[in-house]
Amino acid sequence: MAQFSLNINGKSVQVDVDPNTPLLWVLRDHLDLVGTKFGCGIAQCGACTVHVDGEAVRSCSYPISIVEDKKVVTIEGLSEKGDHPVQKAWVEHDVPQCGYCQSGQIMSAASLLARNPKPTDEEITSAMNGNICRCGTYTRIKAAIKTASQTL
Amino acid sequence: MSNQSTKLDRRSFLKVSALAGGGMMLSFNWLAGCKPNAEEALGMPEDWFRMNGYIRIGDNGLITLMSPNPEGGQNVKTSMPMILAEELDADWTKVIVEQAPLDTDNFTRQFIGGSQAIRTGWTPLRTAGATARQMLMRAAAQTWNVPVSEITTEPGFILHQPGNKKAHFGEMANLAATLPVPEEVDLKASQDFKIIGTSKKNVDLNKIVTGKPLFGMDYKKEGMLYAMIIHPPAFGNKLKSFDDSQARSMPGIRDIFQFKSLRDDYKRTFFDTVQFTDLIAIVGDSTWQVLQAKKAIKADWKIQEGYEEQRDMFGREAVRVVPKGLENTDAQEIAMKQAAQKPQTQRKDGNPEAVFSTAAKVIERTYTGPFLAHNCMEPMNFFAHVEGDKVTCAGPLQKPELTEHALSSRLGIPVENIEIEMTRLGGGYGRRSYAHWLIEAAVISQKMNAPVKLVYTREDDMTGGVYRSRYQATYRAALNENNQLIAFHVNAGGLPENPLYANRFPAGAVDNYLAEGWEVPSNITTGSFRAPRSNFMACVEQSFLDEVAEAAGKDPIDFRLELLAKAKANPVGEGNDYDPDRYAKVLELVREKANWANSTPGVSRGVSAYFCHNSYAAQVLDMKIVDGQVQIDKVTNAIDCGLVVNPDAAKNLCEGAVIDGIGTAMYGALTFENGVISKSNFDQYRQIRMKEAPKSIETYFVENGEDPSGLGEPAYPPVFAALANALYKATGNRFYDQPFSRQSNS
Repeated sequence: MAQFSLNINGKSVQVDVDPNTPLLWVLRDHLDLVGTKFGCGIAQCGACTVHVDGEAVRSCSYPISIVEDKKVVTIEGLSEKGDHPVQKAWVEHDVPQCGYCQSGQIMSAASLLARNPKPTDEEITSAMNGNICRCGTYTRIKAAIKTASQTL
Repeated sequence: MSNQSTKLDRRSFLKVSALAGGGMMLSFNWLAGCKPNAEEALGMPEDWFRMNGYIRIGDNGLITLMSPNPEGGQNVKTSMPMILAEELDADWTKVIVEQAPLDTDNFTRQFIGGSQAIRTGWTPLRTAGATARQMLMRAAAQTWNVPVSEITTEPGFILHQPGNKKAHFGEMANLAATLPVPEEVDLKASQDFKIIGTSKKNVDLNKIVTGKPLFGMDYKKEGMLYAMIIHPPAFGNKLKSFDDSQARSMPGIRDIFQFKSLRDDYKRTFFDTVQFTDLIAIVGDSTWQVLQAKKAIKADWKIQEGYEEQRDMFGREAVRVVPKGLENTDAQEIAMKQAAQKPQTQRKDGNPEAVFSTAAKVIERTYTGPFLAHNCMEPMNFFAHVEGDKVTCAGPLQKPELTEHALSSRLGIPVENIEIEMTRLGGGYGRRSYAHWLIEAAVISQKMNAPVKLVYTREDDMTGGVYRSRYQATYRAALNENNQLIAFHVNAGGLPENPLYANRFPAGAVDNYLAEGWEVPSNITTGSFRAPRSNFMACVEQSFLDEVAEAAGKDPIDFRLELLAKAKANPVGEGNDYDPDRYAKVLELVREKANWANSTPGVSRGVSAYFCHNSYAAQVLDMKIVDGQVQIDKVTNAIDCGLVVNPDAAKNLCEGAVIDGIGTAMYGALTFENGVISKSNFDQYRQIRMKEAPKSIETYFVENGEDPSGLGEPAYPPVFAALANALYKATGNRFYDQPFSRQSNS
């Protein structure tokens, strides 16, 4: 066990955990930020996607020991009022079915648009291909990203 | 407008009461109007105070509608309350929807399954809404001292136009709560609907996009411990012993122990499917700590002896033969071929064998489908807290009322002391009907004397059983000199489940028809998988008909329409379970909308249509091969599910069904070697991703005034064949074996 000082959604927090603990479980079990989802545990499904220093990462495979001194943003911190352009576009297209994968999808999409506000279809597909949606909302996800892109 | 008795059956079901804080509450048995089998035995209570659905009208005009059925992406939490709100004439912007807890003491059918929620809820929900509206109108008539016939409503308000009076619902709710429930109410005519048929956003949408806790996985309670299990690595194996000496001393670990999830003498019912009942539990302070300890346990396994399992399948006695042994995919194939030689006849019309022996042309093809895993994105999990003789549980499951009895039996706690809170499901597709993990969570909680959340890893989930069965079907068709279909033969079976529906199309359209089925026992557990059995039979039947149409020199849509015309004009045999007109209509609609007559050069098209779960679906799939990869440009859906309650959500469901179906057809497969399943996570089990999804999906609904029927499943089965038939056009090869990617190399 070791003490870690973290910056999560703009707030400083301290946790005392095994240094190998993935960021995902620190968020979920220790910080009660359960919007970031557990899907596969091996960085294959994207349900656990968060931003670390602005980059989309799979938090299930990202040990807490390398998070220190970095800024972490989760779905809960993406916007204050749920009004990030990507969240608004998700609402406009009524994207989710079961909804479980969607916070990971939104975090991947937000990261894409932050570095490339006007992505092509191919760029969208390439950026989103690591996020599985088992209900099959891909066509809506793509449409919502295009809508969000227009507002940027 | 139509008149509806509020006494939907002999169990009059509406009840009104005043809310403590002001306002009225109209309670009702959500699905009392529908009584298909099985539920009769459960009986209804004398006491009507605890009911499973209600409308609550606050004196401020705010309306709460309780949604009884679990929500797993099929939109019932939005669309069922829309039906209530329509007849109530509520202002949808002032409606709050809450998830009801399980209430099996009083009610039944609080579950996801068979795409039946909207169909069976339709009349009871409308009646309940209309009754509340009628009572509010009567209260207003009394208050204003005018005849009720002069009272009207507009969304959220009651009006007396001659007297120029207007009040919001809440102002009349207190008085309405004291009035008798009317014996009959008028239901709206469909052309007067204001909410039904207009797209409403998912009621949990804002919570989903902001990451609020909604799912079982997100559930937390003070003092809660985390638990995981270890189950055998192979079907046919059983726990022998284990060494936890290293794991026990790891940080945060509270206990490690062996337990049984079902009593040996418990008689299983339909959904009590679970192979591994001797398990190891690991309990600790956090998920990660428990996961590390789990990896440090060394378990030994032994061969499980074969046995017979007596089961009560909704009142029907059944025996499941569980053979001894570690199964292999190749040996299963041999066993299936042998079983196919000794089928049971399930339907016979005319004299098929004689006609086959003299036919001008006979076509015979064999198709296979592998075991499939559901792979819900939210891994199996459940919260349980056993305190003395009380149990509180929370989590995602499809058929809570059908798990309660197994839980009660195992814990020795009466059903009435079990509370189950239903969380949103991160996918179900049939997997969460088999809720052994709920029982496991409760047994662990009982042993620990603490609140516990059990979490399966992805690997526990994918290797734990309850798969789609492995299937095989052989079809034969006989054509005469005029290329007319004169005999049809299907021989279908599975390991362990027979997928055949003997009375489905083209039964009824062919004079000489034979349907045969068979089963091969297995110790691998299987169960419902989105559109059970249809998900295989639609693929193979519609692939085969495409090939027969080609052999007959006919357009595949024309060929199907000719058969349907015959089934309508001169139906053969009895019990045909489809309506030829409605079936034909979706084919005609998809032909028109996909512009079937004018295909684009370089684009390969496949068509397919199927009827299941009371709804009809037809699809045209457009694709090409680009750089050796399958690229699907467009899928056109034509759907007849009767009246569509929430159109945009219904389209979303159809789009999802198409994408899921394409992914499963292309990539879905599990194989076995010495009882061990071939795949355990998403690095091995390929799910469809955005890259492989169709570039566009269009969905059209038949408008025919029929009452609504299900939509969670019907659009899924036919797309497998639309893809297979398009792949044939693109490659010149027929695709007989799933997954298709093995043959298409993509």
